[in-house]
Amino acid sequence: MLKYTLKRFGIMLLTIWIIITFTFFLMHLMPGDPFTDQKKIPPEILENMMDKYGLNDPLLVQYGTYLGKVVRFDLGDSFKYRGRSVNTILKDSFGVSGSLGLYSIIFGGLLGVAFGIIAALNRGKFFDFFVIILAVLGVSVPNFVFATLFQYFLGFKLGALTAEWGFRIFPIARWGTPMHYVLPVLALGASYIAYIARMMRTSMLDVINQDYIRTAKAKGLSQRTVVWKHAIRNAILPIVTILGVAIAGIVVGSLVIENIFAIPGMGKYFVQSIMENDYMMIMGTTIFYAVILVIMMFLIDVLYGVVDPRIRLD
Amino acid sequence: MAERLLTVENLQVCFETYAGEVQAVRDVSFYLDKGETLAIVGESGCGKSVTAQTIMQLIPMPPGKIKGGKVELDNVEISALTDKEMESVRGEQISMIFQDPMTSLNPTMKVGKQIMEVLQKHQDMDKKEAKEKAVEMLRLVGIPKPDKRADQYPHQYSGGMRQRAMIAIALACNPKLLIADEPTTALDVTIQAQIMELMQDLQQKLHTSIILITHDLGVVADVADRIAVMYAGKILESGSLEDIFKNPQHPYTWGLIQSVPRLDKKKRLIPIEGTPPDLIAPPVGCPFAARCQYCMQICKDRFPEKTVVEGNHYVHCWLQHEMAPKVDNPLEKGGNA
Amino acid sequence: MSDMTFKQDDFKVVGKDLEGSERIVRKSLTYWQDAWMRLKANRMALVGLIIIIIITLMCFLVPLLSEQTFNFQDYDAINEGPSAAHLFGTDELGRDLWVRSWKGGQISLLIAIASTIINVTIGVIYGGISGHFGGKVDIVMMRFIEIIYSVPQLIWLILLRYVLGNGLGVIIFVISITGWGGMARIVRGQVLQLKQMDFVTAARTLGASTPRIMWRHLIPNTMGPIIVNLTFQVPGAVFAEAFLSYLGLGVQPPLASWGLLVNQGTKMLLVHPYQLFFPAFLMCVFMLAFNIVGDGLRDALDPRLRN
Repeated sequence: MLKYTLKRFGIMLLTIWIIITFTFFLMHLMPGDPFTDQKKIPPEILENMMDKYGLNDPLLVQYGTYLGKVVRFDLGDSFKYRGRSVNTILKDSFGVSGSLGLYSIIFGGLLGVAFGIIAALNRGKFFDFFVIILAVLGVSVPNFVFATLFQYFLGFKLGALTAEWGFRIFPIARWGTPMHYVLPVLALGASYIAYIARMMRTSMLDVINQDYIRTAKAKGLSQRTVVWKHAIRNAILPIVTILGVAIAGIVVGSLVIENIFAIPGMGKYFVQSIMENDYMMIMGTTIFYAVILVIMMFLIDVLYGVVDPRIRLD
Repeated sequence: MAERLLTVENLQVCFETYAGEVQAVRDVSFYLDKGETLAIVGESGCGKSVTAQTIMQLIPMPPGKIKGGKVELDNVEISALTDKEMESVRGEQISMIFQDPMTSLNPTMKVGKQIMEVLQKHQDMDKKEAKEKAVEMLRLVGIPKPDKRADQYPHQYSGGMRQRAMIAIALACNPKLLIADEPTTALDVTIQAQIMELMQDLQQKLHTSIILITHDLGVVADVADRIAVMYAGKILESGSLEDIFKNPQHPYTWGLIQSVPRLDKKKRLIPIEGTPPDLIAPPVGCPFAARCQYCMQICKDRFPEKTVVEGNHYVHCWLQHEMAPKVDNPLEKGGNA
Repeated sequence: MSDMTFKQDDFKVVGKDLEGSERIVRKSLTYWQDAWMRLKANRMALVGLIIIIIITLMCFLVPLLSEQTFNFQDYDAINEGPSAAHLFGTDELGRDLWVRSWKGGQISLLIAIASTIINVTIGVIYGGISGHFGGKVDIVMMRFIEIIYSVPQLIWLILLRYVLGNGLGVIIFVISITGWGGMARIVRGQVLQLKQMDFVTAARTLGASTPRIMWRHLIPNTMGPIIVNLTFQVPGAVFAEAFLSYLGLGVQPPLASWGLLVNQGTKMLLVHPYQLFFPAFLMCVFMLAFNIVGDGLRDALDPRLRN
């Protein structure tokens, strides 16, 4: 177990370093400099700014400096929002994106697992078909389409209805109250319910056909015990791995969802910084995303090792 | 005076598949007395496992279906019980051990816990008592350092140890009947002998009756009191150990005995040619007809009547009929039983 | 027991009848025949296939044959709902949405198919090399994929697109270069599996290189997962393009693509919802059909489910 953990940790560090390097050199492939599309700046001032930001130094020096800063968790200053460091912007927006993501994972995960289990236990019956169809839909309909539909039907139309009673039920944009969570979480979670339900169903069906389930039955255990203590306990193992994919997907999905619902999260800033060519911000956000994901994957690997005794006790 | 424990009467089980209805068990009857060991011997696919699992109602009922017959345990018709009612029979009155101990044990649950489950369910023990009894059982089945081993997982056990653990689980509540479905097939030969010895030993200690299911007559020789030979969903011959080995009557039985390899006599391995019939459209007559060198026209047309050879030794074969030619047991000439 | 009369004739020994007992009742099919039969039996997959064909045809024929072009701006007909003249209505610049939707499909499909082809090629070569050489080479190559994939494909997409600028070619390039990992892994797995197969050793021992045997066994066992993965690449690419376009980083106006149309439609959602619904519907139905066919193929080609 220790060996396993150390190995995953080492890979995690390697990955982070490679991604930082990759992103850095990728950014510097861009023609022009970060100030190109701003108002005409007199050449001397431009030179000064370039010097100040170290943009005239040889590439490797810039890389070294940047790496040094990153290691000290300093992601530099945003070019667009002069005076605000990338760190501050990220810190503010991460709280928002983080809670959105967390709720979506919990929502998607719990419902997905539940649907998957029920579908597997009722194979061939109505609920099973319902879940299969949901699963296929979830994968085929992009989450921005879901988001827009929810905005329209649940936000706008339903809101118009409840407006007659004095309030609009689900806000269609912005952030601030618990009600503001509902539509975005629904939209983000929807594709993941489908995916997780599908995987859980397959896993359950696999497990139910295993010999040890027959043994459990042969011991006279009740159906409920067989399902909960034996089947689900084993079926959920592969889902832990899936969680990693789901988290990555939700991170990506948030880019679009935050835009649609005008939520001031990291996704919105990321997309904005791309539009505005704020390359410190772009790099910083990419690295931050990457690091978060890589750490999540690492944690999930460890979690899997803990949960599966075959790995834990090797 | 032997007391009857189990009676299986005219059992018929089939399976619905997209290719048709498979007749897995076709009118099977046998009994088991207390303290006896009955061996059901036959090739893969002959219906012996299905019969065993039907006794315990472990066959999923779609696609499986009991078309007829009944099973009685200690005068209770258990085939008429609901699934819920069977819960108190399984594990407590009848237990079963399966062929592959690696896949038959829950990989994410400690072995000790898997034994405790049976005890807590049927004997209302609390955790502490159950744990103690579980360790006891492990000791009983010959697992060294049972207290440590109880906290381990199946993948930490060897093949033979896992099967012992399965036996421990099965016998924890001291059931009246133990059904062992090919318990040694997945194990090495040396371990096989150990496991069979263990089962006999425990049978003596706990007075369990055993149904042993196997395709290997060799395994049966030391252990069984009676043998039933099964083929294509039917029992073709049944009798005591002596009856079957010293005076076998059915050509299939001869074939089985002949095909057991022996270390003491030099002889060629004589397999039984051919394959068992398709059970979606089973043959009307004797199922063994196509592979039998003594096959007669009547064998193809009608299933042979039951002929009692002596005592509880009976056989279903047209060769027994007075109008049939006299055929000598080939084993006597070659000398084999 | 029945009391039938017995005839002496019945008791004449006739002996074994092994041909009869070994006659295989069901005809044995080759892998491909079996797979095709199973696929045909899957009605959903067939429906999906038909939908894909219809949509693809429409995407290429409608823009070609229609009187209206996709970028003709008719200022007299701005933001009109669906009508006989404009089946899907018009947008804010008076462009006919019927043609535009199909044209969008054309572009989206082109991008999807082109990138899938490139994708699959890279994946097969990379995976093939990795599997063939095995050992250290394999470990390093697979690690590389693992590391690259730590960052989700779509984020790479955005970055690369930002760096490389605009253009259909860029979009195709960017989608291909970030999506080959899955195929590479599968191909590598299959190659490794093949290397271990006994019959390869046997064939080599015999000194024979028997292409026909390899064709019969090698290909069916490896092609299955590859074909299935290929099928899923297409909707994946459509989605990637839609994602990019939605963020404004994909296909640019006056061209159209499904993603772009959905983007533009969303802006008008509260006032003219049809502008979103039609292209979104087309895109989703197409992806749905592909997913269903992919699932059907997966079931049909799985050798373990053979009858």
